[in-house]
Amino acid sequence: MLEVKDLHVTVEKKEILKGLNLTIKAGEVHAIMGPNGAGKSTLSAVIAGKEGYEVTSGSITFEGQDVLEMEIEERAQAGLLLGFQYPVEIPGVKNIYLLKAALNAQRAARGEGDIPAPEFMKLVKEKIAQMQMDPSFLQRAVNEGFSGGEKKRNEILQMLVLQPKLAMLDEIDSGLDIDAMRVVADGVNSLRDSKRAILLVTHYQRLLDYIVPDKVHVLMDGRIVKSGDAELAKELEVQGYEDIVEEPAA
Amino acid sequence: MATEEMEQLVRRDYKEGFVTDIESETVPPGLDESTIAFISNKKGEPDWMLQWRLDAYHQWLKMKSPSWAHLDYPPIDYQAISYYSAPKRPEDMPQSLDEVDPKLLETYEKLGIPLHERAALAGVAVDAVFDSVSVTTTFKKELGEAGVIFCSISDAIRDYPELIKQYLGTVVPVADNYFAALNSAVFTDGSFVFVPEGVTCPMELSTYFRINAANTGQFERTLIICESRAQVSYLEGCTAPMRDENQLHAAVVELVALEDAYIKYSTVQNWYPGDENGIGGIYNFVTKRGDCRGDRSRISWTQVETGSAITWKYPSCVLRGKESVGEFYSVAVTNGRQQADTGTKMIHIGEGTRSYIVSKGISAGRSDQSYRGLVKIGPRAKGARNFTQCDSLLIGDTSGAHTFPYQEIGNSTATVEHEATTSKIGEDQLFYCRSRGISEEDAVSMIVNGFCKDVFQELPMEFAVEAEALLNVTLEGAVG
Repeated sequence: MLEVKDLHVTVEKKEILKGLNLTIKAGEVHAIMGPNGAGKSTLSAVIAGKEGYEVTSGSITFEGQDVLEMEIEERAQAGLLLGFQYPVEIPGVKNIYLLKAALNAQRAARGEGDIPAPEFMKLVKEKIAQMQMDPSFLQRAVNEGFSGGEKKRNEILQMLVLQPKLAMLDEIDSGLDIDAMRVVADGVNSLRDSKRAILLVTHYQRLLDYIVPDKVHVLMDGRIVKSGDAELAKELEVQGYEDIVEEPAA
Repeated sequence: MATEEMEQLVRRDYKEGFVTDIESETVPPGLDESTIAFISNKKGEPDWMLQWRLDAYHQWLKMKSPSWAHLDYPPIDYQAISYYSAPKRPEDMPQSLDEVDPKLLETYEKLGIPLHERAALAGVAVDAVFDSVSVTTTFKKELGEAGVIFCSISDAIRDYPELIKQYLGTVVPVADNYFAALNSAVFTDGSFVFVPEGVTCPMELSTYFRINAANTGQFERTLIICESRAQVSYLEGCTAPMRDENQLHAAVVELVALEDAYIKYSTVQNWYPGDENGIGGIYNFVTKRGDCRGDRSRISWTQVETGSAITWKYPSCVLRGKESVGEFYSVAVTNGRQQADTGTKMIHIGEGTRSYIVSKGISAGRSDQSYRGLVKIGPRAKGARNFTQCDSLLIGDTSGAHTFPYQEIGNSTATVEHEATTSKIGEDQLFYCRSRGISEEDAVSMIVNGFCKDVFQELPMEFAVEAEALLNVTLEGAVG
């Protein structure tokens, strides 16, 4: 589904990613872990198309399409969706309005018409209940005055409504208490199916107790230095990043 | 079809002939006493009105064009302007939408203007499209039963001379400023509204206005009076783009609110802004002032300014009555080479008066915009309060925004608060919306409309929707 090959990325003349390779197949959940400054967030930002990141070499393909040639919105329309670590506030724009505009933009890209209003309301009500959010959130301005945890729930709410093929979640666990973590993880897990994939970017193993990944990658100094299954995350928790890499490559 | 009509249709293709026809009803350029006498005579005005105009003219001669605004334009040659042209006759107007510039129709489409109104707005001879007479009659009857007078200022001078003598020029004196003095000397169009004691005007006067008076003039003069406990909501202009061969526009609007009266005055201004270099755009120099003469009266200005090459406009409130309230809600959008210097004045005279200012400025392209606001609190205005919020949004790197707040506080019991922000349209906000699949253009309009929401919600409902659409049309191509 997603194929990242020898990706080199420079931000403000500093090379952050130095030849990263990653292959994600449909149905899989991948977790990228690593210390601060390793380039974890850079990877998801580059895939989503954020400006200010210069790809100096390498390629990203998604279902055979050259992602680097696509506009930001085209990537989202193709089914690549990024959940933000720090979701931005948009004063005066109602949450429900953003949801509807995003859903309709994606439908339009697929050649479908706007979603009928009753159908949309039914869908949103169901998803907001699933995220244990108060329906009043729909009428509030996007992320404005939301607590950290509410912002994260809101990101997952968007995922549930938009149903991406590949959901990328950047530090979705940061700033969550244990109850909120469970709700967010349940939301993410409900997206898991054989046609979809999930890429988790996280600093802590804790999240992976709730969303058990198929593959775990350790990202350090711009490269994936080690890959394994969910057990790898647990080893990391015990040994720390430095020790894991110093182990002789098996 | 009669041969004569055929000939007329054919002749329409010959542009020169078409223009000559109209010119015979236009006075030659230039301004002196005889021009003013000509206008007054054309309008069938009584002698006192002519004298009033001449007095304004003599004062204007002694005045100088203001230079304090943050605007840059070549000097205006007042002798090169023609000060009177007769209203177009129906046969000189386009006879159907087929004759109207397709680009204009495309814009109507984008703005979501109802089909049946498009023809009227495009200046199509209205009777050819629908029976405007019956619509007018219905409105007139309803207003008449309520005792509301709503007519052109010229009709009012003829039919209600006592009211005109009592109120005209009492809010904006003839020599108030250069452009107001010019307007007082030569005004030819505009509206008069009188709502008698205790009456709430039974309809938004916008509804009427939209259909019947879309052709506004170069020197408009509007006077609205609400007697005690009377209320009216008036909407001037429309979202449809307005073209005019006259470059200089200098309107005067006077509002008078007596005890417990409420006047809500909304403006949507979309005059031609000129081409990408600003050539040919309208210069809009407007004096608008409301007088809260009675206790507990309230005047509310709401404006959406998107057009004109130059905008010079400060709708103001004189808060004379005890506990009277003045409000100013403004969205000004400039793009291309547009320049706008706009804001408000709140003059607190009475005890316990309150004013509320919300100004949203959006500058894109190479445009330049200034907010200029004065809050003046007099010595007798005990306990007066003002709140000002003034936000600017920049789109791109070549536009400018400036804020000039002035405060003159004449007593220590007053509370004055001012908040101002300037932000660039957030790259992060744009990325957030686009990463959800929303196109860049839609994302910009979503963010900008969100920024303006506090003001849009003050507009009459149907115009709020159009105002959003108008913003999108104005900012088309502003990003990327």
